[in-house]
Formats: sequence, structure tokens, C-alpha cells
Amino acid sequence: MTAAIPTLDFSPRPGAAPLPRMVLAQAGAEIRAMLRNGEQLVLTLIIPILLLVGFSLAPLIDIGGGSRVAFVAPGVLALAVMSTAFTGQAIATGFERRYGVLKRLGATPLSRTGLLLAKTAAVVAVEVLQVIVIGVVAVALGWSPRGNPLWTVLLILFGTAAFSGLGLLMAGTLRAEATLAAANLVYLVLLGLGGVVFPIEKFPEGVQHVLTLLPITALSDGLRGVLTSGGGLPVTQLLVLACWAAGTLALAARTFRWE
Amino acid sequence: MEIRGLIKRYGRKTAVDGLTLTCRAGEVTAILGPNGAGKTSTIEICEGFRRPDGGTVRVLGLDPADPALKPRLGVMLQAGGVPPAVRAGEWLRVVARFYAHPLDPDALLTLLGLNEHARTPYRRLSGGQQQRLSLAAAVIGRPELVFLDEPTAGLDPQARHACWDVVTGLRDAGVSVVLTTHQMDEAEKLSDHVVVIDHGRVVAEGAPRELTGAERQLRFRARPGLDVDQLLCALPSGSAAKESPSGHYIIEGQVGPQMLATVTAWCAAEGVTTEDLRIERRTLEDVFLELTGRELR
Repeated sequence: MTAAIPTLDFSPRPGAAPLPRMVLAQAGAEIRAMLRNGEQLVLTLIIPILLLVGFSLAPLIDIGGGSRVAFVAPGVLALAVMSTAFTGQAIATGFERRYGVLKRLGATPLSRTGLLLAKTAAVVAVEVLQVIVIGVVAVALGWSPRGNPLWTVLLILFGTAAFSGLGLLMAGTLRAEATLAAANLVYLVLLGLGGVVFPIEKFPEGVQHVLTLLPITALSDGLRGVLTSGGGLPVTQLLVLACWAAGTLALAARTFRWE
Repeated sequence: MEIRGLIKRYGRKTAVDGLTLTCRAGEVTAILGPNGAGKTSTIEICEGFRRPDGGTVRVLGLDPADPALKPRLGVMLQAGGVPPAVRAGEWLRVVARFYAHPLDPDALLTLLGLNEHARTPYRRLSGGQQQRLSLAAAVIGRPELVFLDEPTAGLDPQARHACWDVVTGLRDAGVSVVLTTHQMDEAEKLSDHVVVIDHGRVVAEGAPRELTGAERQLRFRARPGLDVDQLLCALPSGSAAKESPSGHYIIEGQVGPQMLATVTAWCAAEGVTTEDLRIERRTLEDVFLELTGRELR
């Protein structure tokens, strides 16, 4: 069953595609890779949904009165952002480095800036999906979010930048296996400490001051302030996230090894 | 492509040590050399992956780090470069979207016998199929210059021939090709220009015919341990005879009917039946072993 073997015109006709087309192609590939990766879906969707449902329905924690889902949903949204921008991206990029994918892409017309744009676009696209799924489940559990949607978007974007910086810093310097272990460990630790489902008010006061400086705390507190309390522009939290973003992205840019 | 006095060090080890070579446009250049000779370092500097510690490199007239070079080059890495979970056809289609005038991915898959594996994830492809997919990705952007680092390593004969057809097709279309290989027959068959490098320097270069020389040899196989010195006495002075490797005999000198008669008569007198008796030119492999030695590294 041999098909006719085509003859191809190999004569040189070099040229780079326009940047938007390259970025879209690469972003599409990254989105498909993320949605196809079972382990990553556990982190990005299944764990957040389980936490949302579990902690909203069962009196597992003392939130000091008020609607349980109103407390848990913003924290779970923050966790979802962290799982995609930080954990998922760190692990995927670490292995891309190990398998020579980053090196190979470096030999195509897609520039490093283009690759970063594609990765960011893919992360944001998956986050949109997460926000929709988590939002629908939360509303079904009786959540009615308040506040200015623009502040929510700003918080998620700043959080994405901060967590991406942290993830790329890790992926660009550690071995792929070390990145895998460290990224999962950091995810668990920040899940426990960052006010995602356990209120940080339960910690001693001295510790609380340190915890509020964590990016996950800034994001979950910020989202809770807007969505649950209907607060104004969360300046402090945005500032904390911006500092994390600037620091980690600058450090990642200096230390990232492509091979 | 022009390389002058290229130097590359890794720590205290010098991988490329003052290498100078020119690859002409529209030709296939094969870079040969033992493992660790500096082949991959040299190619990866030309591809822009590494910076040299000394010397100058111009690729299509540009510095290898120049982004304007990227669409004009095709690159096949020695291994990897593809995400394990991605499907073969999908990967090729994504790479094609980076170029302004790419070849048709499906036609390329068919040409390389991968059309039935278009939906197979990269990690489930055989080693040879993975190599062919990398080759396809190297040529899909219709480049002017293609770098192939050991393109046929681990390929079965069918796949090797398919790869050779692509290289020949590229050359016929006016594409320059620079490849590294351990397969001497491959270099002999495919290339216009062969460069042998060892210890980071060029030790010989030229057309395959120039390197192997016009000189012919008489070769035969027989039981090991024949007394070649005694055979040499029967031949005219100026002849040379050696057993290399064991059981393989090579005789050089005035190769002609007279030598053939003398050698067969001597073998008859010794009661030796020869096998594979033939007269031929030196192979590139002979030249290579002479230049780089026989010891394992």
C-alpha cells in the first residue's frame, strides 16, 4: 500500500512568518500540551475543584462566620493561577530544556521574546478556562461574587507575572527532576500557608506579617478583598505581586540556561 | 560558510583548536572525525548555539548569532529537540508555521515514510522515525543552508536511503548542506567536499576522490597469519603488503595483471584459497584510519 511518493521543491525560499502567526502557533502547541497532560490537569483543575467543593460544603475550617464558599472561592482561584503559571509552567519548561526543545526552537525564526509571549498567552488561556470552570462550580455552590471585575483581572495578571517569574527562574536553573520536585513542594507549602483555604489569621501574628508578603497570600487576600468584600483597588497586594514579578523575572532573565 | 582559526574551550579542555574551513554554496560538505574530535562543537557554533572563544565564523556572510540568519538555516540536532508527548504531524505543522513559505508538512511526512505515524506521539516513534522527523523539521522552512548532525545514526538501510535522497534532493535544488557522520560510505556517496577533523583541527580535506587518491590496491581475504614478507619477495620492489585487520590482506604497488598473477600463484603454492579477491581504490575509511589512528577513544 505504497502511496505515490511526492516530489518536493526544496529550492531555497527562506523567510520568517509574521510574529503574531509564530506566537499563535506556539501558544496553540503549548495549550494542547497542557490540556493533554493528565498530571497537570490534576493540579490545575481537579485539586482546585475538590478543595472548592470540599471546603465549601463541609465545616472543615473555622472562617469566623460568613459564607464558606465566599471565603474559599477566591482562594481557590488564586491556587488555580499558581498551579498554571508557576507549577505547571516550571515543570513543562524544565523538561523542555532537558529534551532540547528550547534549543531546537532557538534555531527557528521564533525569537525568545516570541517564545515567552507564546508561553504567557498559553498560561492566560488556560487560566481563563480555570476561572470559568471554578466560577461556575462556585456559583452552583451558592457564591455571588461582588466587586470590580477589573481589579480581579489586574490581580490575576500581576499574579501570573509573579508566578511565571518564579517558575521560569526554577526551570532555567535547576535540573528537570529537581524542578519537578521543588515546584510540587512549593505548591503544597504555599497552598497551606498562603490563605488559600486556611485563613492566615490562625497563625501567630509575627508569622502573619511574613505570610502576607508571599505572592499566593497577596493574590488570595487581594481576590477575597475584591470578590467577597467588594473592596476597592487592592494596592498593597498588587504592589507585593509586582515586586515578586520584577524580582523573579529579572533574575530569571539573567540566570536562565536554554540548554 | 567560512571558519577561520576557530577555538572553543570547555573548562580546561580545548574542543576546537584553531580550526579553519570553508563550505562552498550549493555543495554537500561532510565533516568526519572520531568521537570528541570537535564536530558537534563546530556545527553548534555555526548554528549560533554556542559562542566561540577565538577565531571568526561567518555563515551566509553573517555572524552566527544574527537573528536574520534563523529563517535561512535548517537545523537537525544530534538527538532530541521534540517534546515527547507531541504528535509527529502536529510538531511539523507548528514548525512550518514559523516560516513564510514552508513545504507542505503532509507531503514531507509522506516523502520520509512517516505519513502513517502522523498521529503518533514522538516518544512512541522508533529511533529512526524520530531522526526522520527531525530531518523533516530541518528542511521544512526551505532554507539555504542545512546543518545535519549525524542524520543517519541509528537508521535502518531503508531509512538511510530515504535520508540520502533528501540530501541529494536538497543539493540538486541548490541548497548547501553541512553534515557530520561516522559512515564513510555516506560521506563518499553524498558529499562534494570532505573535511576530516581530529583533536579540534582539520587534518585533511578535499573531494572524496582526492582524499582516497587514484592509487589502486589489491585486496583479498584468507586465513590469518600468512607470511606477507615472503609474498613481498615475489613482488617487484616498491610494492607493499600488509594484513589489516587479521585475515584481510592489502597489497599496494604496480597493481595490474602481473601482480594479480604473482599473488594468485604464490597463494596456490602456499595452498591458500583466497576469498573476495578484488582490485579497488583506497576507501575513505582507510584514509580516515590512517589520519586518525586505530586506537579506541
